[in-house]
Amino acid sequence: MNPSPASELQGYNPRNYLNSPATGLKSWLTTLDHKRIGVMFLVAVTVAFALGGFFALLIRLELLTPGPTIVDAMTYNRLFTLHGVVMIFLFMIPAIPSAFGNFLLPIMLGAKDVAFPRLNLLSFYLYLAGASVALYGMVHGGADTGWTFYTPYSTTTTTKVVPILLGAFILGFSSILTGLNFIVTTHTMRAPGMTWNRLPLFVWSIYATAVIQILATPVLGMTLLLVAIEHAFGWGIFDPARGGDPVLFQHFFWFYSHPAVYIMILPAMAVMSEVVCAFSRKNIFGYKAVAYSSLGIAFVGFFTWGHHLFTSGQSTLTGGVFGVLSMFVGIFTAIKVFNWTATLYRGSISFTTPFAYFVGFLFFLVFGGMTGIALATMSLDVHWHDTYFVVAHFHFIMVGATLMAFLAALHYWLPKMTGRMYPENWGLVAAVMVVLGFNFTFIPQFLLGNEGMPRRYFSYPERFWALNVASTAGASVLAIGLVIVLVYLLVAIRRGAVAGANPWGSRGFEWDTPSPPPPENYETTPVYTHGPHEYHEDPEPPRHAAPEPKHV
Amino acid sequence: MNELLRRILFLPEQASDYARQVDALHYFVIVTTMIGAAGVFLAAIYFFVRYRRRSESDRTPHVEPKAIHEILFIGGPLALFLLWFAIGFPQYVSLSLPPDDAMDVYVQGKKWMWKFAYPGGPNAIDRLRVPAGRPVRLLITSRDVIHSFYVPALRIKMDALPGRYTQTWFNASRPGRYEIFCAEYCGLSHSSMLGELVVMPAADFDDWMAQQRRGLASAQDAAPVPGEPVRPASSVVEEGRRVAAEQGCLKCHSVDGTRHIGPTWTDLYLRDEKLASGKLVRADEGYLTRSMMDPAADIVNGFQNVMPTFQGKLSPPEVAAVVEYIKSLKTPAAGSGPSEGPVYESVPRK
Amino acid sequence: MSETTATAAPSFLAHHFESLEKQTHAARLGMWLFLATEILLFTALFTAYAVYRYLFTPDFQAASRDLATWIGLVNTLVLVTSSFTVAMGYGRAVRGDGKGTRALFLVSVLLALVFLGFKVVEYSHHFHAGELPGRLYVSTRLQGPGAPIFYALYFLITGLHAVHVVVGMTILAVIGLRAGRGAYTREYHVPVELAGLYWHLVDLIWIFVFPLVYLI
Repeated sequence: MNPSPASELQGYNPRNYLNSPATGLKSWLTTLDHKRIGVMFLVAVTVAFALGGFFALLIRLELLTPGPTIVDAMTYNRLFTLHGVVMIFLFMIPAIPSAFGNFLLPIMLGAKDVAFPRLNLLSFYLYLAGASVALYGMVHGGADTGWTFYTPYSTTTTTKVVPILLGAFILGFSSILTGLNFIVTTHTMRAPGMTWNRLPLFVWSIYATAVIQILATPVLGMTLLLVAIEHAFGWGIFDPARGGDPVLFQHFFWFYSHPAVYIMILPAMAVMSEVVCAFSRKNIFGYKAVAYSSLGIAFVGFFTWGHHLFTSGQSTLTGGVFGVLSMFVGIFTAIKVFNWTATLYRGSISFTTPFAYFVGFLFFLVFGGMTGIALATMSLDVHWHDTYFVVAHFHFIMVGATLMAFLAALHYWLPKMTGRMYPENWGLVAAVMVVLGFNFTFIPQFLLGNEGMPRRYFSYPERFWALNVASTAGASVLAIGLVIVLVYLLVAIRRGAVAGANPWGSRGFEWDTPSPPPPENYETTPVYTHGPHEYHEDPEPPRHAAPEPKHV
Repeated sequence: MNELLRRILFLPEQASDYARQVDALHYFVIVTTMIGAAGVFLAAIYFFVRYRRRSESDRTPHVEPKAIHEILFIGGPLALFLLWFAIGFPQYVSLSLPPDDAMDVYVQGKKWMWKFAYPGGPNAIDRLRVPAGRPVRLLITSRDVIHSFYVPALRIKMDALPGRYTQTWFNASRPGRYEIFCAEYCGLSHSSMLGELVVMPAADFDDWMAQQRRGLASAQDAAPVPGEPVRPASSVVEEGRRVAAEQGCLKCHSVDGTRHIGPTWTDLYLRDEKLASGKLVRADEGYLTRSMMDPAADIVNGFQNVMPTFQGKLSPPEVAAVVEYIKSLKTPAAGSGPSEGPVYESVPRK
Repeated sequence: MSETTATAAPSFLAHHFESLEKQTHAARLGMWLFLATEILLFTALFTAYAVYRYLFTPDFQAASRDLATWIGLVNTLVLVTSSFTVAMGYGRAVRGDGKGTRALFLVSVLLALVFLGFKVVEYSHHFHAGELPGRLYVSTRLQGPGAPIFYALYFLITGLHAVHVVVGMTILAVIGLRAGRGAYTREYHVPVELAGLYWHLVDLIWIFVFPLVYLI
């Protein structure tokens, strides 16, 4: 890419991926441009989030009183199942990787696209297909098994379990193909000079996520298929009346689903590594530690699944092994938290909306993570298992950490993706509402868990009433904050101020392109001589290769 | 201090010494978490203020960690986490080691109620009476899907699995009434599957139990469930005898010590049996249950592999009843092993 | 591989790759990763098989003895031969002989059809004998609780494998026909290589299935 005229860098890039090479619905639906696919994913996961959030609001409204409030027990049971299925499979797992990962990964590597653009488009259509099958099941009543589908309840209930299972199965393939694409892209499409130790930290965490996606998801696919077959045809291998073992299902399910939670948090950490550097204008403290800890989480995370089975009747020795390993996986998160905080030392911190979400993320990740370790302290888990303490723990991570990271990503990269800026005042107002609302929603749930309120309870004893009301009140504030974000972002996309190529003054590599980027990202391949987020010298214009460079 | 922290953290009352110990660990974990978190947050807030951006042309230095930083960041938390584990794991293990003199109670979860059965004693629905100050072992199973037996006040929980028995135990330190919840989603009325643990002074409990065994069962405790075939109120042992007769067990297994097609049931419980493979196995509840489900697995030496499986033919409570019946067949001079708990007298038939 | 630069065969080089060499490397890496996911899919089933075999050893042994081992052996030989012909077909592609590739790939497809034919024979025998999975098991030969589970896993494992055979056959047919029309050259024949890799995996999985299910 020849250095752009100053006017282009200052202003809105006229020839960009949104209007080139063609416009119109067909050009979008048949696109091979990773940026367009990323945007389509972003729209899809946002719709999914709204649906899952709507279910959450209904749940919280129902729990406003100890007895029936707005729905009956069967409907409530379906609501919490679908809330979990939609949020996890349609939002949490694909959101940051398939939306932001797709958009940013090639740009950050100095590449023109991902390794397999057609597979990328296929993974989008698989997402839509899986979502449609699951939606069909939802429209016909949906399942009432909880998103964990424990047998034998899931194989004997009369609700529409099979479409939900098949939808999740198809979504799994979308996830696998995305992961495969990202791994091959990272290995083979780095621009000259982009050694592994110069990779943006976003790439390291997305790469670790991709490894988990391709190794764990097939096992889930097989497990869900087995449950669907047993439900539909009675080919029981989990049915105790026919010699099957229902706890075996739990092992298979959690073998995927525990690494899956790392699929949900690693991309959030990816975003935060970028945000903390950009908004404190500082290199990351301990690059190698942060980079390798992502791989550590991916690796050790595969060996901890049994901590979901401490009360399932498995042997205490087995439980103990999983407990110890769970302690180790927490260390990697601890390293990241310390390194992010230490990055702020001697930085130049700008407290704008993305940074506000980083602050929320940091606070909530510490508590969410520590309560996870506390849960792994086995005797405590016996009391907390299947209570609201666990619900609060994972919402602290999934909402408090991952959703905050998603919001930070939206605000940080909106200028790059659309060429326009959001209104900063509204950004801070909404961030405060989201953070406060979040606290009021989920801190009462820790206390409910301590009191002994189990999960998935349609009705509850009166002594749990006050804390439930507090939680619902918090949820309303959280919801309003999120709606505000949606509204001003939509307005900003159409009518926000022109952002220019780099409104943040960030030295992440993606900011070397105009905003919005042209379809090919770079006209000629960039050459890298150092890592990202180096703020101790004046910025150099990026170098570019002669045509056809040799790979270093 | 214990009471103050318990209230701040919204923990239920501590109905046993074990609950107290678990809470002590809880406090340790929470307090260290709060201290650690406060440290991180204070450092972060200090940095936000001290290093806020003063001008757009600010330069920042390139800072690299020293090895000691990463060692502290890794070693510190790891040591703490492993310490927590080192305290929690023995507590967890203790839940699977009931004392030898623990009183057994069979717990059966079914949609959507809890049924309790005392060996040789009464049955009850949703209300479990136990003596204070004596260990009680719960043998838990399910009639249909997975449930989970949870008593917050005791800090214990154990899943109820169909086709299997799980166990846990407790020693309630003082009289009181405590909630029992089902803690594994099991369908429509999962949240109504509530029970009550009634801890009685030991003497009162003994009186109550003696009363029950004299056949003066109170209507509430032993009322049949609507829709269940009504059987005369009987003990688990009687039920087992009836099932064994109906299913044909007594065609091969004698109850008077004579050797027949299968091993005799007299004094079978806790006998050390020599298997065809040469291994020794103790005929406990697990072995007896397994022998009914998978008879070919561990054949006693000298007998043929002709026993059919009763998997799918006997419901789990019927299996439990047969086991109790076998346990009751002890000759007075039984000396094959240490006596496991009280000797149960059969309830005389009316 | 070839040492030519991208300018030699511009029609094969995708716009986002710098060189054909990089593109080929990426294609291979992608295929190997995909094969890893396939292996994990089957590993889940093999694990279930191992667990239940441990729990119901005599029933599994008896049921396994009941299977027609000679059919399994013939099928193994058929599949291994088809892998051999696929490898030969790849060798033809390296020499630029598209028609040779087509012929050999079609032989492999025919062998795969023979494999499926034998499976149909086996399955219909099981249907008639009532040896079916789970609650459909009505055979009276084996009474133990492990028999329905054995058959559930038998049909799941061999059924999933058969699905992969069909997919592999389709890929071989399509690539073989394209090769015959001259779509690939001595310099660029990566799709032939990838099709071959997939087929070898299908064969390899069977090499694990056969002893696990038929022999032990």
